[in-house]
Amino acid sequence: MRRRLPALLLVVASAALADTRSFVDQSDLPAEAVRSGSVFLTAETRALQADGFANPGYLWVERGGELFNDGDKVCSSCHQADALAGAAARYPQYDAVAGALLNLEARINLCRQHHQELPPLAYESDELLALTAYVANLSQGRPLTVAVDGDAAPFFEQGRAYYFQRRGQLNLACNQCHDDNWGGKLRGDTISQGQPNAWPAYRLEWQTFGSLHRRIRDCDVGVRAEPHESGSEIYISLELYLAWRARGLAVESPGIRR
Amino acid sequence: MSTTIRIAAPKQASRGEVMELKALIRHPMETGYRRDPYGKQIPENILQRFECIYNGEKVFAGEFFRAIAADPFLTFYTVAVESGTLEFRWVGQDGQVYSESVELEVV
Repeated sequence: MRRRLPALLLVVASAALADTRSFVDQSDLPAEAVRSGSVFLTAETRALQADGFANPGYLWVERGGELFNDGDKVCSSCHQADALAGAAARYPQYDAVAGALLNLEARINLCRQHHQELPPLAYESDELLALTAYVANLSQGRPLTVAVDGDAAPFFEQGRAYYFQRRGQLNLACNQCHDDNWGGKLRGDTISQGQPNAWPAYRLEWQTFGSLHRRIRDCDVGVRAEPHESGSEIYISLELYLAWRARGLAVESPGIRR
Repeated sequence: MSTTIRIAAPKQASRGEVMELKALIRHPMETGYRRDPYGKQIPENILQRFECIYNGEKVFAGEFFRAIAADPFLTFYTVAVESGTLEFRWVGQDGQVYSESVELEVV
């Protein structure tokens, strides 16, 4: 047994080497295979999300509604809540004035700076989460339809490249779990497709409400890669790819996720 | 101190009717056992008590402990006796009181 160990190690090592050299299959998830993350939840968690009172995400939606109508120059002095219905389903979106790709959080902060003359809110702060939750909730039920052509195209390509890039000590790309093995098991959990349509969402593991970028950071940490900052261009680009990949899925925010 | 509270209670009930009341409050229910990324202990911060007071009379009360999840959600029942106020009160870690009242009409 002792004599056979080096040979065995060699086999393992060469397999690992071969693995790093091989490329991941970069074909997008076919549209007909797209499933919302709620499909992978237990019936109880799905019921909690569907319950308009018990769903704790509405604590943030309600707070967001208060903030939307609060202050010297309030959001509602420009925006009719009705007119914002469906807006969140079109984000991330390229903004010519800012010259950048903006997600909902970035758009809210830009509005604060340009129109309300207020300092931007910190990513993952309760206020920004609440405002994002409120605006996202106005689009509940609307299908995700983001523009990925024109000025958004380079960001889309960047986000797509990130999705298919192996990373971290575990050397895994997003698609290896979320395209190739969704529905399978990872430890005790069912692997979802990593769809973004329920975010921002209440995550039971966190015992609180959080952004999609915080969730993506958890995945990056999970494969032992260095996570990027929430709100960074690379994550917003990835968000654009994810939103395109989920095209047609209805916005569920505030969702409940494990 | 303010926090977000959601109450579900009927506005109107008939005398003798059993009413379902629901209360959801935003609270971290921090156990005091966790540590932050720098290894510093996060201080305990839990709601200690919940009460529902119907026209001055306590109709439901509960003691909360560390094992209760964040943003506690309660559903309970009481009998509609007379028109008046239903007060929902939570007592925090240091005795802070969070409360919300709703009016009830009994016909």
